[in-house]
Amino acid sequence: MIETVLASLDTVFLYAFAGCAFLSAALMLFLKEPMRVALALISCMVFLGGVYGLLGVHFIAAFQVLIYVGAVMVFMVYAIMLLDPRDESMKVRYSHFLWPGAVGYVLLVEALAAGVMNDLPGPPRGPAGEPFSLKAFSEAFLSEYWLHFELTSVLLVAAVVAALAVIRVNRKESRG
Amino acid sequence: MDKVQVLLLLATALFTLGLTGVVIRRNVLVMLMCMELMLNGVNLSLVAFAHQLGEAVGAVLVFLVFVVATAEIAVAIPIVLLLVRRKRTLDLEAFSDLKG
Repeated sequence: MIETVLASLDTVFLYAFAGCAFLSAALMLFLKEPMRVALALISCMVFLGGVYGLLGVHFIAAFQVLIYVGAVMVFMVYAIMLLDPRDESMKVRYSHFLWPGAVGYVLLVEALAAGVMNDLPGPPRGPAGEPFSLKAFSEAFLSEYWLHFELTSVLLVAAVVAALAVIRVNRKESRG
Repeated sequence: MDKVQVLLLLATALFTLGLTGVVIRRNVLVMLMCMELMLNGVNLSLVAFAHQLGEAVGAVLVFLVFVVATAEIAVAIPIVLLLVRRKRTLDLEAFSDLKG
């Protein structure tokens, strides 16, 4: 009895993490204050990191926590703290598009879920459930996909230049 | 139901919740966070497929999505702060004159 429970513990944790991630993502639509929305998103990302870890891709789990929670969300929380909490938009939750958005949501969920349920993904080609190793990933990353790697570095440079340009516009306006 | 299928359903749910949040929420920062949620949903589906096929392609794409998300936030937050400085509000309705 205990052995079966222990054997399926991975699956139990996986489903628990998945459910918690879904709940916190759903909370994001209903919470009013941006700081609480940010906290819900952070918990969703941490639970997703748990899911990745249970799937055996530990390096993606680590980077999920490091990059998303550690960098992106800290930046976001910092921006929220910079802003005025007396702002009216913190009180009003939804825009005019609430009902069209809700209807679109239902239709989209139906279409996508039907796709997932009907078109069953084929049987695994490789060894079933065998996660690829970090070594295989790194080799593929830097030999087979080097062009994509370089393209992302170009994208990062472009983003840095764009951020500097935005700040430059700001300075010119405040001077003139 | 298969494990991969459950994960794909979760990815679908995260993506649609994020898209709906972008459409119906009014606060610009909350909309940005919903976009991040959409990217997370895509990442989850990539990891699920990579897990199923036992190939590294999905993981490579996940890393590229990480970079894109970081670049997006690095550019979007200064823009939002500039908009707020001009209009004194985060309300999306205040920016409708940007339509031109």
